[in-house]
Amino acid sequence: MVVSATSRPGAGRGPASPGGPPPPGGLWRGVAGRVPARLRRVSLPYLLILPAVLLELLVHLVPMLIGIAMSFLKLTQFFLRNWSAAPFAGLDNYRVAVDFDGAVGRALLHSFLVTVAFTVLTVGLSWLLGICGAVLMQGAFRGRAVLRALFLVPYALPVYAGVITWSFLLQRDSGLVNHVLVEQLHLFDERPFWLIGSNSFWSLIVVCVWRSWPFAFLVLMAGLQNIPHDLYEAAAIDGAGWGRRLRAVTLPMLRPVNQVLVLVLFLWTFNDFTTPYVLFGKSAPHEADLISIHIYQSSFVTWNFGSGSAMSVLLLLFLLLVTAVYLVATSRRRSDA
Amino acid sequence: MRDPRWLPWARWIGLGLLGLFTLTPLYVMLTSAIKPLRDVQGDFHWIPTTITLRPFADMWRTVPLARYFANSLVVASVAALISVIVAIFAAYAISRFRFPGRRIFSVTVLSTQMFPGILFLLPLFMIYVNLGTALGVELYASRTGLIITYLTFSLPFSIWMLAGYFDSIPTALDEAAQVDGSGPVGALLRVVLPAATPGIVAVAIYAFMTAWGEVLFASVMTDESSRTLAVGLQGYATENDVYWNQIMAASLVVSVPVVAGFLLLQRYLVQGLTAGAVK
Repeated sequence: MVVSATSRPGAGRGPASPGGPPPPGGLWRGVAGRVPARLRRVSLPYLLILPAVLLELLVHLVPMLIGIAMSFLKLTQFFLRNWSAAPFAGLDNYRVAVDFDGAVGRALLHSFLVTVAFTVLTVGLSWLLGICGAVLMQGAFRGRAVLRALFLVPYALPVYAGVITWSFLLQRDSGLVNHVLVEQLHLFDERPFWLIGSNSFWSLIVVCVWRSWPFAFLVLMAGLQNIPHDLYEAAAIDGAGWGRRLRAVTLPMLRPVNQVLVLVLFLWTFNDFTTPYVLFGKSAPHEADLISIHIYQSSFVTWNFGSGSAMSVLLLLFLLLVTAVYLVATSRRRSDA
Repeated sequence: MRDPRWLPWARWIGLGLLGLFTLTPLYVMLTSAIKPLRDVQGDFHWIPTTITLRPFADMWRTVPLARYFANSLVVASVAALISVIVAIFAAYAISRFRFPGRRIFSVTVLSTQMFPGILFLLPLFMIYVNLGTALGVELYASRTGLIITYLTFSLPFSIWMLAGYFDSIPTALDEAAQVDGSGPVGALLRVVLPAATPGIVAVAIYAFMTAWGEVLFASVMTDESSRTLAVGLQGYATENDVYWNQIMAASLVVSVPVVAGFLLLQRYLVQGLTAGAVK
C-alpha cells in the first residue's frame, strides 16, 4: 500500500489539483529556505486551517455579530437598504418579543410551545421507528440489503421533493390519505382537511417522522454493530431471553449513541423550516406555526428585521441552554452508571 | 443463543409496516408522474388507468425547469467543491496535529453546524442588500451570493466528516511517506488523499445533496433568474390549476441523481455520518 502510493506520486496529486489552490507542497518549498524548521512545524497546522478559519469568520461570525447588532436596532422597512440610519432601539425588540400580553409576544410563545410539542413527538417517534427497524434488521436474512437501501431513500431524497409528495397525498379531494381513510376504510363520514386547521399539526409530525426516522435507523444500526457479540452470548448463558437481552444488553450499550442521536434529531427538528414551508406554502396554519417559519414570516411580512433578529437570538440562546443542560445531565448519568 | 420462534414473524410484520410507510409516498410519486392531469385531480386511484409520459415533456414548459436545474447544478457543485477543498486541509490539521487552539476550532466548527439557519438568514440578507447599495456588489439574488450562504452549512460538516475519515487512516502511512522525504503536506497529497478518496467523494456528494435540497435561503436569496429547483418546483401550482402529475414527474427527475449518488456511496456516507455518534 505504502509502496504503491509513494511510487506513483502523480496519483496522489490528482484529486486536489483541478480547480483547487496550487499544491501547497510547491509553495512550501519556496518558503522553506527562509523559515527555520521548528517554526515551520509549529505554524503548519495554522496555515492548513487558515482558509477554513477565514471562511468561517466570513460566513458565520460576521453574520452572527451583525445579526446580534441588528437585534438592538429599530430596523424596519424604511432602513433596510441603508441600515446605518436605523435608530438604536436598546432592548425594545427583546421586550416586545417576550411581552406575552402583547400580540407579538403571545404569538411567539404560542409558536414556541407548538414547536416544543412537535419536536418531542417527532424525535420520540423517529427514535422509536429507528430502533424497531434497526433491531429487526439484525442478523442475516434474504432481502436485507435491498430493504436497508429502500429505508434510506426518504433521507436521501431532496427534502422538498419528499414533502411535496406528501402534500399531494394529504390533499383533501385528490389525495391518497383521504381515499384510504374515507373511501376504503370508511373511518370518516366527511373528508377531513389535513393541511389546514388542527389536523395540520399531526400531518407535520407524520411527514417529519417519515423523513427523519431513516437517520435514526442508520445511526442505531451502526451502534448495534459495535456491540460485542460476547455480551449477548454471556447474557444468553445466564438464561436471558430475547426481550431480556434487548433490555439488559442492547439498550444500555446504545446509550452513548443515543445521547448524540437524540441531540442531533432535536436540533434538526426544532429548527425545521423546509417541511412546514413546503407542506403549507407561504402561510403556515396557526396550529402548525413552527418557530423558524414564525420568525421567517414575521420578518418578511412586516419587514421588521430588528424584531426578527431579536427572536433569532432568543432562539439561539434557548438552543444553547438546552444543549448545555442536556449534555451535562446525560454525561453525569453516564458516568454514574 | 437461539432467537425466539416468533422473531421471523415479528420481523416481517414490523419491517413490512415500516416499508409500507416509507414506500407509499414513493409509489405515489412514481405512479402519479405517469397519469394524465384529470386522473390526479379527481379521486385518488392506486392503479393508474391511463399511462402517459406527457408530464415528463410538459414539465419543462410549465415552468423554466431547465434554468432552475442549471442554477441548482452550478450552486450545489461550486458550494460542494469549495467546502471540500477548504475542508481537506483543515480536517488534515485537526486529524494529524496537536496544536493549541485545535479543540476550540473543532468545537466551534461542530457547534456552528447546529445553529438555526434563520439566525444567518436575516443578517446575510441585510449584508447582501447593503453591499449592493453601498458598493454596487450584487450578491443579493445572484448565484455567487447563494453559494456563499450555502458554505454556512456545507463547510462545517465537510470538515467534521473528513476529519473522521482521516482519523481512520493509519498515521503509519504518513510516517512512511515522510521517511521517503515528503513533508507533512506532501504526505497528505501523496498518501492520505488517495487513501481517503472514497470518503472525500462521499463528503462532496453529501455537501452537494444538502445544497440541492436547501429551501430556506433559496426562497429569499434568489429571483426569477437565479431560482433553484427547491423553490422553482412551487411554480407548478398556478392560480387555476395544480399540475400534480408534472410536480411528481419533476420531483422524480430532481431526486434520481442524488438518491442514486447516495445509494452508490452508501457505505462511505454511513461511515461518515455515523462516525461522530458512534465513536
